[in-house]
Amino acid sequence: MEKVISAKLYFTVWAILMCLTAATAALSYVNMGALSPVVALLIATVKGSLVVLFFMHAKYIDVKTTVLVIVAGFFWLSILLLMTMTDYITRAWS
Amino acid sequence: MSDSSEALATHELRHHFENMEQQRGASSMGMWVFLITEIMFFGGMFMAYLAYRYEYFLAWQEGSQHMNFWIGTVNTAVLICSSLTMVLAVLAIQQGRRRLTSIMLAVTICFAIAFMVLKGMEYHEHWLAHEFPGPAFHFAGIDPRHVEMFFVLYFVMTGFHALHVLIGIGLVSTMLYMNERGHFSADYHNPIENTGLYWHFVDLIWIYLYPLLYLIGHHHVG
Repeated sequence: MEKVISAKLYFTVWAILMCLTAATAALSYVNMGALSPVVALLIATVKGSLVVLFFMHAKYIDVKTTVLVIVAGFFWLSILLLMTMTDYITRAWS
Repeated sequence: MSDSSEALATHELRHHFENMEQQRGASSMGMWVFLITEIMFFGGMFMAYLAYRYEYFLAWQEGSQHMNFWIGTVNTAVLICSSLTMVLAVLAIQQGRRRLTSIMLAVTICFAIAFMVLKGMEYHEHWLAHEFPGPAFHFAGIDPRHVEMFFVLYFVMTGFHALHVLIGIGLVSTMLYMNERGHFSADYHNPIENTGLYWHFVDLIWIYLYPLLYLIGHHHVG
């Protein structure tokens, strides 16, 4: 059955997303060297996961094939990003 | 068959589906398949951005400093708020509250327009500063060729994102119109749900564009 989620949960997720946005904006003033992009992208990933899981209802999908579609899609994207960057980063090693 | 609410919605049931539940599941899966192709589409651009950032790191640092941090941050907040109102519109129609659904859809459109206005102001700023790639591009710092490449990726990525926002405005407006015409109910609202998925996807892309374009390199200012 279609799961109906409470407005309270949506407002909570929204509040967390707004806080994380404020946090990542504030952290951009701090120079953490090579860690800066890592922290910024980690926060983005937490925010993105919240959007996908709660706003896009991925957490509540009852059709298993749909879950497979989503997981396969992100897995494919990670192949694109990780394998290409592995190539670029290791080119200078020889 | 025995379910009365299901009987009410039967005129919305397409003949090739067994019941409303199966139709809803198929509709949602179809939308996700489409969104995955969209993620692949943007994925290619993110890949290009990362590879060039790795190759031309200094030019990327220079370029990042010419982003309007405040417009980017406010636009991030605007899109998150629009995602909340969109999901509340879906919740309202799930509960059969049509009036509230229309209000939430209208507020979502307002947020989307606000995003586009801010984006337009930002583009205008870049245009005046000769940061739009092409013959008029001018950059005084080091490595202007690759800074121009940064701006190419900036305009292509945010441009395609803005195009998706425009399509989203069209979709949400259509949903508002159809809802006002009484097309949707607690039993049948797949189009609103799928429009919601599309709108959250647009938000998801921006959630990654924001740190990559506006935040990385921002702290090097001053």
